[in-house]
Amino acid sequence: MSLFEHSLRELKDKLHSKEITVTDLVNESYNRIEEVDGQVQAFLTLNKEAALKQAAELDGQRGNDAAELFGLPIGVKDNIVTKGLRTTAASQILDNFEDPLYDATVVNKLNEAKSVTIGKLNMDEFAMGSSNENSSYYATRNPWNTDYVPGGSSGGSAASVAAGEVPFSLGSDTGGSIRQPAAFCGVVGLKPTYGRVSRFGLIAFASSLDQIGPITRSVEDNAYLLETIAGYDNMDSTSANVEVPKYTEALTGDVKGLKIAVPKEYLGEGVTPEVKEAVQAALKKYEELGATWDEVSLPHSKYAVSTYYLLSSSEASANLARFDGVRYGKRTENAETMLDMFKRSRSEGFGDEVKRRIMLGTFALSSGYYDAYYKKAQQVRTLIKNDFEKVLQDYDVIVGPTTPTPAFKVGEKIDDPLTMYANDILTIPVNLAGVPGISVPCGFSSEGLPIGLQIIGRHFDENSVYRAAHAFEQATDFHKQRPSLGGASS
Amino acid sequence: MSRISKEDVKHVAHLARLSIKEEEADLFTKQLDDIITYAEQLNELDTEGVEPTTHVLDLHNVMRKDEPKRWVEKEDVLKNAPDHKDGQFKVPSILE
Repeated sequence: MSLFEHSLRELKDKLHSKEITVTDLVNESYNRIEEVDGQVQAFLTLNKEAALKQAAELDGQRGNDAAELFGLPIGVKDNIVTKGLRTTAASQILDNFEDPLYDATVVNKLNEAKSVTIGKLNMDEFAMGSSNENSSYYATRNPWNTDYVPGGSSGGSAASVAAGEVPFSLGSDTGGSIRQPAAFCGVVGLKPTYGRVSRFGLIAFASSLDQIGPITRSVEDNAYLLETIAGYDNMDSTSANVEVPKYTEALTGDVKGLKIAVPKEYLGEGVTPEVKEAVQAALKKYEELGATWDEVSLPHSKYAVSTYYLLSSSEASANLARFDGVRYGKRTENAETMLDMFKRSRSEGFGDEVKRRIMLGTFALSSGYYDAYYKKAQQVRTLIKNDFEKVLQDYDVIVGPTTPTPAFKVGEKIDDPLTMYANDILTIPVNLAGVPGISVPCGFSSEGLPIGLQIIGRHFDENSVYRAAHAFEQATDFHKQRPSLGGASS
Repeated sequence: MSRISKEDVKHVAHLARLSIKEEEADLFTKQLDDIITYAEQLNELDTEGVEPTTHVLDLHNVMRKDEPKRWVEKEDVLKNAPDHKDGQFKVPSILE
């Protein structure tokens, strides 16, 4: 049995009771990566030498170190900056960014908590995509069936946990980029409330939507990691100065009296019968557990994808202006003038999806179109946000599917941007409203691919989201299923 | 009716400091036109008087004291630079 079948807190206890060593855990990661990453392709850069050195040091401190994540091996999405460890955001424009100068705030927090960084995880370039096919290196595959995508953009973060390469990882979520791959890979992924986790050192895509969050095998592990990474940071003026609760204490298993809202728009057209059935079965389970649910409406849901693509692309067009070939990253050869250098460096360094979104955003922000597209989308965002706030006045959580379908095949949607975008229709509204949302495993399709249940809560009420997710998880055994990757039992 | 012409795409690419080839311009024109056409659905909604959301939390002008502090060293900053000279980033000629 893999050591990673144990919870993070169990592993920590085993370390301190000297049943196992940190080196055992780190080797478990690298051995599994050696065994299966040729198929899964979840990692872009490994931190092996430094990780083993750190493990040896930590081994001497077992038994008397209270650090929360002491000795636990973690994977970090490659758009989160790590000092001295190559950080590319899966883009050619950062291919040579070997030596970042500082750690993101979340990485500082991991270091203080004494986790061990195993490596950097593959993703869609600059987090733009829903399948990991937009990585400029190679496409991560779904551990449940490598003909299928793992989802994206945090595809490497979800696939690495599902494949047993690491017990937990960090992803980022702008329009579903944690929850959608978590659903596709059968793991637990949370997008915290906007402002809950510092974005300092997260390579910015759409600053009003981006959040870093945990991807884990269980709700308990997820809550445990969020306790470490959440909190105010004076390096991120959009981080919120709101107290961080002990999320693990919310995991009582008791949801008696919990009031659940089920938006009719989330079980409508485009949602496959298998996904609907899995969600309906989950609602029945909640009834058995003593919760109640009602059908509600989030009437502006169908406008979320348009709103999101206008706003996120506009923000991206501004954020990605920093990649200019001057201070870091790749510069084109033999440019004659500064303008020529900018244009050629960016054209050579960015992939097609990134260029498409930069151009869409530049268009939406340009003179004569600003009011019609950008401002209009900001106004519709208000309507979408109001939908959520209205429902969440009367209900504790909103429940529905994470995605309309299980994972799709590699190559199936990559040629048509709009078809790809539609895949995020149930996750995008959550980012627009800024509320927290989680995906937990709730079933399997007839092809054996995981299905995710999405649970959404009020601003800064991750506690209710976790409580609902945990009670469901403990009453079912979907989270205990493992892919039969590499022929090994894990 | 197409909403975005090939000339629009070339202009936007220039504004975004991207150089695109002729055949790329054709493909991007079609794709961006599809996306913008789809996004026109927002016009179904009357948003007269609706306040635009720029930020989901109620935060305004977060300020801190402007105190200088040591961050990173100049030689470290230059390590990642494509080209540098005399402690400064070196770039091609700015004037044509």
